[in-house]
Amino acid sequence: MMALDKVRQRAESDAKTYGYYLNPDADFLKDLLEGLQKNEERYGYPSCPCRVASGKLELDRDIICPCDYRDPDVAEFGTCYCALYIRKDMYEGKTPITPIPERRPQEKQTRAYAVAAEARAEKPPETAKVISPEPSQVKKKLWYCRQCGYVVYREDPPYVCPICKAKREMFAEIAVSTSLSG
Amino acid sequence: MNKTKVPGKNNKHKVLIYAISTCAWCKMTKKFLSDNSVEYEYIDVDLTSDEDHEKIRQDIESKGAPPSYPTIIVDGKTAITGFRKDLIKEALEI
Ligand code: SF4
Repeated sequence: MMALDKVRQRAESDAKTYGYYLNPDADFLKDLLEGLQKNEERYGYPSCPCRVASGKLELDRDIICPCDYRDPDVAEFGTCYCALYIRKDMYEGKTPITPIPERRPQEKQTRAYAVAAEARAEKPPETAKVISPEPSQVKKKLWYCRQCGYVVYREDPPYVCPICKAKREMFAEIAVSTSLSG
Repeated sequence: MNKTKVPGKNNKHKVLIYAISTCAWCKMTKKFLSDNSVEYEYIDVDLTSDEDHEKIRQDIESKGAPPSYPTIIVDGKTAITGFRKDLIKEALEI
């Protein structure tokens, strides 16, 4: 198991890079770090402690910590969904830390459920129905940031460019003819 | 579905929390109810089977709430999304 100190260091250094703070409540913070540690152990990646993971990397990619929703959430509400990452004014206690709404699109959750249901249905083959996408059908594409050139190979472009902080709208798809799967 | 019951003096309302075992807001919700001696049951959704998980999701959605955690179900009718102290207090009259 990854040591808790390592999990903490990783979060601290990421917070620093982005100009965020970690939750100032020591117990609350420890709960979240232990949650990340536990998820890394049971799924193989540190998925969000406050969301239910499917256990399938392709379907959980957007909720691996730091999740896709962190940057827009900290910008809009001052904290990420779990309140692990915090904006300065919240850290300093100028604004109270309260729960924020879920930004993750519902269809991403629903898809994870559908795949789990299908996996079950496949056990007795006569009742199996193809009703939902396999993880392999998560269509990844190449996207580039028109502002700085950063390239990412994922289902959707990031909400905010991790390099130059341009908004999602700055991203454009790169059309490629060769297959990148495998 | 395995519910864990947490006894308390105040059992005026039937309270069920759908929680995630690793979620800090969920822990705070449980602690808040315990601190106020409210009797409640909870299910850690991430520790249930896929089938139960699906049932829970449907139950939450049938009450008009999004499937996020914690969700607090009061008297089998009202769903409160998230650790919203004000709404919880109001619903439980505490
Ligand atoms: S909500 Fe916060 S803790 Fe959860 S995955 Fe996103 S950044 Fe990490």
